[in-house]
Amino acid sequence: MLGKRPEQRIGRVGAMAMAVVLAGCSTAATSTTTTTTSTSGAPEPVEIVLMTHDSFAVSDEVLETFEDETGIEVRILRSGDAGQMVNQAVLTKDNPLADVIFGVDNTFLSRALEAGVFEPYQSPLLAVVPDDLEFDPRVTPIDFGDVCINWDKAYLANGAPPPPESLLDLTDPSYRGLLVVENPATSSPGLAFLFSTIATFGESGDYVWQNYWEDLRENDVLVTSGWEEAYYSYFTAASDGDRPLVVSYASSPPFEVIFAEEPIDEPPTAVMTEGCFRQIEFAGIVAGTEARPAAEQVIDFLLSKQFQDDIPLNMFVFPASTDATLPPAFVEHAVVPEDPLSLPAGEIEANRQRWIEEWTEVMAG
Amino acid sequence: MIDQQPPNRRSRVGRLVLIAVPLSFLGYFFLYPVASILGISLFREGGFSFSAFSAVASRASLRGAIWFTVWQAVASTLLTLVVAMPAAYVFARFSFPGKNFFRAAITVPFVLPTVVVGAAYLALLGPNGPLGIDLRHTIWAILIAHVFYNYAVVVRTVGGLWAHLDPRLEEAARMLGASRWRTFREVSLPLLRPAIAAAASIVFLFTFTSFGVILILGGFEYSTIEVEIWRQTTAFLDLPVAGALAVLQLVGISSILVAYSRYQERRSVEQQLRPVIEIARLPSGWREAGLVWGVLGFTGLFLGAPLAVLVGRSLRVGDGYGLDAYRSLGKATATLVPPVEAIGNSALFAAAAMAIALIVGTMAATLIAYHRNAISRSFDVLLMLPLGTSAVTIGFGFLVALDAPIDLRTAPILVPIAHALVAIPFVVRTEVPVMRSVRTRLREAGAVLGAPPARVWREIDLPLIFRAMLVGAGFALAISLGEFGATSFIARPDAPTLPVAIFRLLGRAGAANFSQAMALSTVLMGMTAVSILAIERFRIGQMGEF
Repeated sequence: MLGKRPEQRIGRVGAMAMAVVLAGCSTAATSTTTTTTSTSGAPEPVEIVLMTHDSFAVSDEVLETFEDETGIEVRILRSGDAGQMVNQAVLTKDNPLADVIFGVDNTFLSRALEAGVFEPYQSPLLAVVPDDLEFDPRVTPIDFGDVCINWDKAYLANGAPPPPESLLDLTDPSYRGLLVVENPATSSPGLAFLFSTIATFGESGDYVWQNYWEDLRENDVLVTSGWEEAYYSYFTAASDGDRPLVVSYASSPPFEVIFAEEPIDEPPTAVMTEGCFRQIEFAGIVAGTEARPAAEQVIDFLLSKQFQDDIPLNMFVFPASTDATLPPAFVEHAVVPEDPLSLPAGEIEANRQRWIEEWTEVMAG
Repeated sequence: MIDQQPPNRRSRVGRLVLIAVPLSFLGYFFLYPVASILGISLFREGGFSFSAFSAVASRASLRGAIWFTVWQAVASTLLTLVVAMPAAYVFARFSFPGKNFFRAAITVPFVLPTVVVGAAYLALLGPNGPLGIDLRHTIWAILIAHVFYNYAVVVRTVGGLWAHLDPRLEEAARMLGASRWRTFREVSLPLLRPAIAAAASIVFLFTFTSFGVILILGGFEYSTIEVEIWRQTTAFLDLPVAGALAVLQLVGISSILVAYSRYQERRSVEQQLRPVIEIARLPSGWREAGLVWGVLGFTGLFLGAPLAVLVGRSLRVGDGYGLDAYRSLGKATATLVPPVEAIGNSALFAAAAMAIALIVGTMAATLIAYHRNAISRSFDVLLMLPLGTSAVTIGFGFLVALDAPIDLRTAPILVPIAHALVAIPFVVRTEVPVMRSVRTRLREAGAVLGAPPARVWREIDLPLIFRAMLVGAGFALAISLGEFGATSFIARPDAPTLPVAIFRLLGRAGAANFSQAMALSTVLMGMTAVSILAIERFRIGQMGEF
């Protein structure tokens, strides 16, 4: 056991381990140097760091074509969900991580604007974006999605109650124990759904949003922490669960067709077009970027037809541009609610915490 | 006298290195970032914000979360110890066919993302599950899941020492007429205490900072400090309250750790450790065979059932079964890079995290085990802190602190470093009890014969602790493969790991996305089992045999 061989071999293993660590360190060092050289505007290709959330996706060809045409290299940085990303941007404001941020939505926008994360930019391509998507000159709307009740067609077809048509229908005893929603304190669609009930029933009058939620609670609504759990553990159309009504997205049905296990013509789910809340995602140039011209080009790219056409199948939301061509599955199976609900970003920022706390009190009974 | 000087000086230099490396690692990648983010959160407009603490104290929901955090952690720890102890015994004392495989397999739950395990448990504990009772959104679902996740910690940490206990001690007690239970209580248990305390401290920290299990299985009625820190930060954007909660969390775990460390100091007993091969034997007689297979059967069912649900889901195609989900893993779908790429990324990060954790952890363990004084005691506590610190605190700490002198905030190396922070306590915890049990006499004999400390360590300690190192390495690998929470709070380069790819797939509607997520979870399980099996097969000369 005290022989010479083991000791020598251990030395080698140790050295290998060190090499792994050192290799790691050296990659770290090189990547930081590239950032510094490129943002200071050196003659070599400019690098733009694009900070975004975990759901961001773009087709390789689309991004590569942009990079080849402009000589701009886009480095993508993932920062958790939209809430985490906004916090990261605010915390690193004095020494930003990125040149462009994509994916701040209207529920978190005020926080980022108040902290001065963005510097204004008016893209010439804004002409193709409907006015009701434009919130603030400092950010550019890129896409939108509606959070709506989805229902299981097979479950509600024979003998069961007819599909609900409004938020108020959901408090009817015939829908008792059929609805699953997400906790607004832990889930983005859950928060959007809470906002739609606040936008619908308001805070004053005989029947306010808190009354509505009391009725939902009496009607045995189920609350989960996240969308994944609601959809894949409780929603009858996607799991072995027992809830045929779920808070999801208006674009969920086309996804059921595109990502079906065996080809199908019709989605097994449908959308209730009343009581939908619209989430709009924005992009903006980070205040203090040293690569302003290239950052502008990236924002323009996000509004370009190539990128806008690419949005639906990558992020299951709708492109902001009226020029974009929707994929066939979206044209056939997706609905865009005519009168989606919304709340002013400032009002959301001022009341978010109070609303969530009041909601928690109501639901705890 | 003069002859002794060089080894002495060398030993002082050696000790300095042993202190300097782990301390600077922890200082730069843990203490400094955490202090920075707490500073930013709690010092507003030049003054310290006491109002954040009074806000915590005045809100019933937050007080409730603090109380719940403590009692569910205590309950989970006790329950895990009781449930996993028989398996620790069986794995330590008996040999049986497929033992290596079983031992690797029980570590698998450890790496699975909670959202995946949650899906399996919701199926098992729902009204249509095999238990026939609906445990969803109850405390029982939380406790069962905590035992599920931490089973391996107890089996491996306690079993690690148990496998080396001299069985002649127990045989002597039996011969003198003591019952099995009395032998266990009066002979084995006291000798095992350091390892039991080590396992308990890890399970406690893990469940104290429980996050995903609480959210998914507990529903919105249950909340821990960890969940609240996350909610206050991401939903309410209330950094002062999150900071105050983080301080309370740190104070809570520090006091537990100090108590643990004092206990460990008093209780560890030097003993003659025996090679595993001498101890483990085939069960003899129907009682022992019954015990072994009964325990293995329970373990298989308890850990295997949720895993089987996942594998079953990954194979389901419409109403039948097939391999479609696996076939599609290599293809880039309309939305994602081929999920198979994530396997490579995961392997790379895990290897780096394991290397860092082993080097830093073994140095720290050596220091703690051999230099028993106040410094090494506080060092021990310090090392464990990352395990009990909120992922949000660490992740945001990196962001605000690591921008100078080199901007490491978005460097790929930060991911394995974050993983290593959590893995180091495992390396230390598996190594220290074994190191401490090495008889001083052996070491002294080496020193008397003129061997310098480094050589004594290499030739006497290392062979004895080698297996413990492998166990620690396995945990480090598993932690990294399972992706520690803090990495989701740092800005990461676009190299999705397996858990990230699983999350992305689960974030979309469509039956094929769900089966692909389940298939990828199955791949993650397989990868974990295979790599842990490979690590434990690793032998250097005779060293691995011990």
